[in-house]
Amino acid sequence: MIENVLGTAPADLVREDRVAGRLYTDPELFELEMSRIFERSWIWVAHSSELPRAGSFKSTFVGRQPVIVTKDRKGVVRTLLNRCRHRGASLCEKPSGQVNGFTCPYHAWSYGLDGSLRGIPYPDGYEGVMEKRDLSLARLRTESYGGMIFATLDEDAEPLEDFLGDARLWIDRFMKQGGGYPIKVLGRHRFSFRGNWKIQLENTTDGYHFPIVHRSWMASVDAETADMMSFMTDPTCTTHDLGHGHSVMQMVPEHSDLDADDGSEPLQGRFDDLVAELSKTLDQAQVRKVVRAMHGTGFNLNLFPNVSMSAAFFRVLRPISVNETRIEHVAIGPDGPPELDAVNRERLRIHEHFQGPFGFGTPDDAEGWDRVQRGAAAAPAMPILVNRGLAREKPGPEGWPTSHVTDETGMRAAYAQWKAMMSDD
Amino acid sequence: MTETVTPTAALPVPIPTTDPRVARAIELIWREAELLDRKAYEAWDALYTDDGFYVIPIDPEAERFDDILNMVYDDARMRRMRVARMTEGYAIAAVDAARTVRTVSRFVPESVSDDQVVVRSAQVLVAYKRENHDLWAADLVHRIRLSPDGPAGDRIVQKIVRLVDSESAVPAAGFLL
Repeated sequence: MIENVLGTAPADLVREDRVAGRLYTDPELFELEMSRIFERSWIWVAHSSELPRAGSFKSTFVGRQPVIVTKDRKGVVRTLLNRCRHRGASLCEKPSGQVNGFTCPYHAWSYGLDGSLRGIPYPDGYEGVMEKRDLSLARLRTESYGGMIFATLDEDAEPLEDFLGDARLWIDRFMKQGGGYPIKVLGRHRFSFRGNWKIQLENTTDGYHFPIVHRSWMASVDAETADMMSFMTDPTCTTHDLGHGHSVMQMVPEHSDLDADDGSEPLQGRFDDLVAELSKTLDQAQVRKVVRAMHGTGFNLNLFPNVSMSAAFFRVLRPISVNETRIEHVAIGPDGPPELDAVNRERLRIHEHFQGPFGFGTPDDAEGWDRVQRGAAAAPAMPILVNRGLAREKPGPEGWPTSHVTDETGMRAAYAQWKAMMSDD
Repeated sequence: MTETVTPTAALPVPIPTTDPRVARAIELIWREAELLDRKAYEAWDALYTDDGFYVIPIDPEAERFDDILNMVYDDARMRRMRVARMTEGYAIAAVDAARTVRTVSRFVPESVSDDQVVVRSAQVLVAYKRENHDLWAADLVHRIRLSPDGPAGDRIVQKIVRLVDSESAVPAAGFLL
């Protein structure tokens, strides 16, 4: 008997095997999530390749708060609230670029890349009223690991590396898809859906939906690629709960550590032309490394609460309201010599094939998520089931709770973190 | 006495939309718009040449699309797979797609010859699905190859759809622009 999940306190709404439907639909819970999760947790804001030099900036959001991520003159990456200290106007409405500082369009207060207030027009009116040094832009704590830059509004948050914990190993592995080169951002798709942010958070660790929702994509790719994603009944494909709400889902375990290569796996035939072109200038080992990593790594690393490192891209979510979420799918590729442009062109085409508002995968995901939001309105106390594989979930050799890749171990991990953060007054 | 002529910043002489070759192109653009609203995707695909491209870029300034990420960058192979996806019944976004009505107007012929016409235009599309109307506004560019055999043989060599909000979040779509 699957009982309803009664109550309204966050601690009552999440159980080991189920969560209340109201988690997707209750505006008051959404407000609490914004303050208790998105203003306390580490939120992904940028990849290091997006801030290549002093003066580079990117505007984005931490929860609902607009921020600018900058690299200052000394090379320090800063996250600044995108809000003038005078009357509150936003300072920067460009998504990214290169600047010397930020000047408010309203009264021309100007700030340096580190957020310090540099200039105020007609300053005599402020004599004896305030000191410029007290009016820097609000700075968020900003830390990075493996090129992934996070910020938090909580001055007392644990260090980023502690928060990531065992997920760090998987970040290290993810970055190996550069084939010996760093990775860089190649572009991004942005789309919105009419549903709660947690529906998307769950989806990146939902192996179960893949052959059903993505049948249309599977039908359109070559047999080797379709076979690569045929993990439904393969017992070596597993999901691990990494703690702190993070989890990793291994769809193609032989590609989890791309350095582990005994040379026996043939490269996919679809890349024959690319291999021939690259072989003109690169040695065979190098060609094999980058071509074997064309589809990225063999796993989705889901980092609570707003970013996943998913095979060959980053998926970033931004909650707008209880029933609206914006998503970015960030394409990445090796940051190497010009010969690798051909690799990145092919990676862009692979990304376009599945991802984005007109991809062969994303619109079907979004339809599924829309339907969850509409259906969940039916009965706020009726549970959303996250119990798949509970009876076969066991600690793995590393101590991580482990189950099959189609099981809901990663969702249970995320909801355990949700419950801990939401119950913490 | 010599007369001095001050060169003016010469505006190109506008090509009239009533030029019969341009009119043929506009007829084709309207036919395409209607096929897309009716979701007659196989007939739509047949309007393109084998070397034709259908592009929805993200970067509003882009003229070349190979080295950048696009929303759609379809050659004939991708276009045919896309038509299969939209029609075969597996894709839940396409099965339950929004109904669309689009208007294409504000035609500006960019170049015209006996075998090719390039026309810019504006497209306003309203998509309706489950009590929501979404607005999709775009600048279009059509490069159309005129057939020596008459209008029935005219084909699209390139279509670029530049959404006004291409760099922002747009809904994931179960239809084509």
